[in-house]
Amino acid sequence: MTTATPTVAVGTQKTDGTPTTTAGRVRKRLNSRTATLVSIVIAVLWTIPTFGLLVSSLRPEDEIKTTGWWTGFTNPQFTLENYQQVLFGQSSSSGQLAGSFINSLAITIPSVLFPLAFACLAAYALAWIKFRGRDWLYIAIFALQIVPLQMALVPLLKFFSTGVTLGGVTLMPAWDLVDEQKFAQVWFAHTCFALPFAVFLLHNFISQLPGDLMEAARVDGATHPKIFRTIVLPLITPALAAFGIFQFLWVWNDLLVALIFAGGGNETAPLTVKLAEMAGTRGNEWQRLTAGAFVSIVVPLIVFLSLQRFFVRGLLAGSVKG
Amino acid sequence: MEFDFAEQQPKFLMLMYGLIAFVAVVGGLLLLLDVVPAWFARRREAQLVAASVSGAPLPRRRKQGEGLFALFFLLPTLLLLTVGLVIPAIRTTLLSLMDGTSTNWVGLRNYGWMFAEDTIFRVLINTLIWVLLVPLVATGFGLIYAVLVDKARFEAVAKSLIFLPMAISFVGASIIWKFVYAYRGEGDQIGLLNQIVVTLGGEPQQWLLESPLNTLLLIVIMVWIQAGFAMVVLSAAIKSIPGDIVEAARLDGVSPWQMFWQITMPSIRPALIVVMVTLTIASLKVFDIVRTTTNGNYDTSVIANEMYNQAFRYGQNGQGSALAVFLFILVIPVVIYQIRNLRQQREG
Repeated sequence: MTTATPTVAVGTQKTDGTPTTTAGRVRKRLNSRTATLVSIVIAVLWTIPTFGLLVSSLRPEDEIKTTGWWTGFTNPQFTLENYQQVLFGQSSSSGQLAGSFINSLAITIPSVLFPLAFACLAAYALAWIKFRGRDWLYIAIFALQIVPLQMALVPLLKFFSTGVTLGGVTLMPAWDLVDEQKFAQVWFAHTCFALPFAVFLLHNFISQLPGDLMEAARVDGATHPKIFRTIVLPLITPALAAFGIFQFLWVWNDLLVALIFAGGGNETAPLTVKLAEMAGTRGNEWQRLTAGAFVSIVVPLIVFLSLQRFFVRGLLAGSVKG
Repeated sequence: MEFDFAEQQPKFLMLMYGLIAFVAVVGGLLLLLDVVPAWFARRREAQLVAASVSGAPLPRRRKQGEGLFALFFLLPTLLLLTVGLVIPAIRTTLLSLMDGTSTNWVGLRNYGWMFAEDTIFRVLINTLIWVLLVPLVATGFGLIYAVLVDKARFEAVAKSLIFLPMAISFVGASIIWKFVYAYRGEGDQIGLLNQIVVTLGGEPQQWLLESPLNTLLLIVIMVWIQAGFAMVVLSAAIKSIPGDIVEAARLDGVSPWQMFWQITMPSIRPALIVVMVTLTIASLKVFDIVRTTTNGNYDTSVIANEMYNQAFRYGQNGQGSALAVFLFILVIPVVIYQIRNLRQQREG
């Protein structure tokens, strides 16, 4: 978005690219003004749907259902009744999202911690411990990123419900989980599905740590676990944060895995499952849908806005999410 | 309107169990890794001392400690990947060759069914539309916006606003847009799109019921979410173009248009490919949007949605698995292309 002025002699062109003629300066300023204006207009347009949802969620039920949210400014009537209803309402039709909110938390926290810890250990071994077949192992784990999780769903569910038997011998009994115990299934599934990408991302960071540092520690007699704990872990905190946020958003926002392994019951269904169900069966109850959607959005939004820097860094470091 | 917290207690208990398990597994592993080598070191020390006292030749140091360490570091990951991903993927491939209840082998019949059944063929066509449109439109928009916003004022704020939908779940985004597309037969419209149509003098429509327009409207949701991702990655790539190249081009009197096509585009090609590939894979697997907005009705279903329906609603494991395998096959060429590109970059 910069203007070049070919008429200006090469020698007079300043190195910062500012055109020296008045016309050129004016044109450049106009151009950057237009660019600023257009980009802000697009940004506002982009935000309008979300903004409409937020405004609607605060309007009384009959107002939402009969008039557009944009009319809410001429005749302002705002209430928190929808949130009260959708979070704490007793009837099953109201959503009872407070419980689902807790479910979402209970699903997400371990589903972030487990892959983070396991992938961290694995990435260290793949980067700094010398053993035979290391490169092949790394390539294999890297390649697993491309297996769509759909490939694992049916057998994994069967594995949880009937266990593993090989030739009549029970290798692994059925988990037979009920109610909130099903969280364990979801943790397990999310951990497995996240690992290839996690190992790949953390390996990128860990393998770029200075080798001299490790060598020095080795000479001082430090063992691998010690190096891992005292040198590597503190240095890769930004990478851990990047993956942590990534995984947090992924799990909190996931619908498919939760739908299959947690189910739709009040004891386990996270917000996404509840909302998808409400959108299907009560698609016209906008007072609940808008408030409910906002409840589900608010946590990732806070995480995202406060830690955006780490998230962007993670995005730029990793490419393919499986 | 009482909210019963006692009812929620088992969940917190379960969460606590999960966290305890986490601490036990990870802590235990680290402890094991600390204790075992120390024990070996002590034993070796004792051997050395004993050897030097008795005057026997010193025992040779065996070089296998490293591999053992690696095994323990990798153990949880390898175990979980094998049980949770590799074996299930192989089993899915086998199941796709069996009938709905996984009792009889049926060969490739499930794959034939995919193309023979009209509804399923429609699903494949829809997926194709998603895969063609989403990467193209989202990347195009992201690129234009990245160029536009570069060095503009309020750059950070404007970028954040575009990027924001990335944090919203597909389910949340679907509800947001379903509200935009909402329709009322009489009286004021509550959906923004119908309001705009009415203001312009048109008739309000039930947008999500009309094929093939509804698929395009669902694609809009995906583009709305993913354009921010494309924009951020491409913007970073544009900013990393070396200043002296841009300067040299400018000194040669290159117009902005030429600058874009001859300097910017070639420089950000790798980032462009990464974005396109990521978005292609994401749109191949799209599920949440279709499920939340239309549940796959009105000719909007896609492979991932149909796979869920077949395997988990109709109990057709064979057909569901075949769809999953087909999805996998579709992903492979995209990824091979990506890897070849990465390799070329490294060599070039």
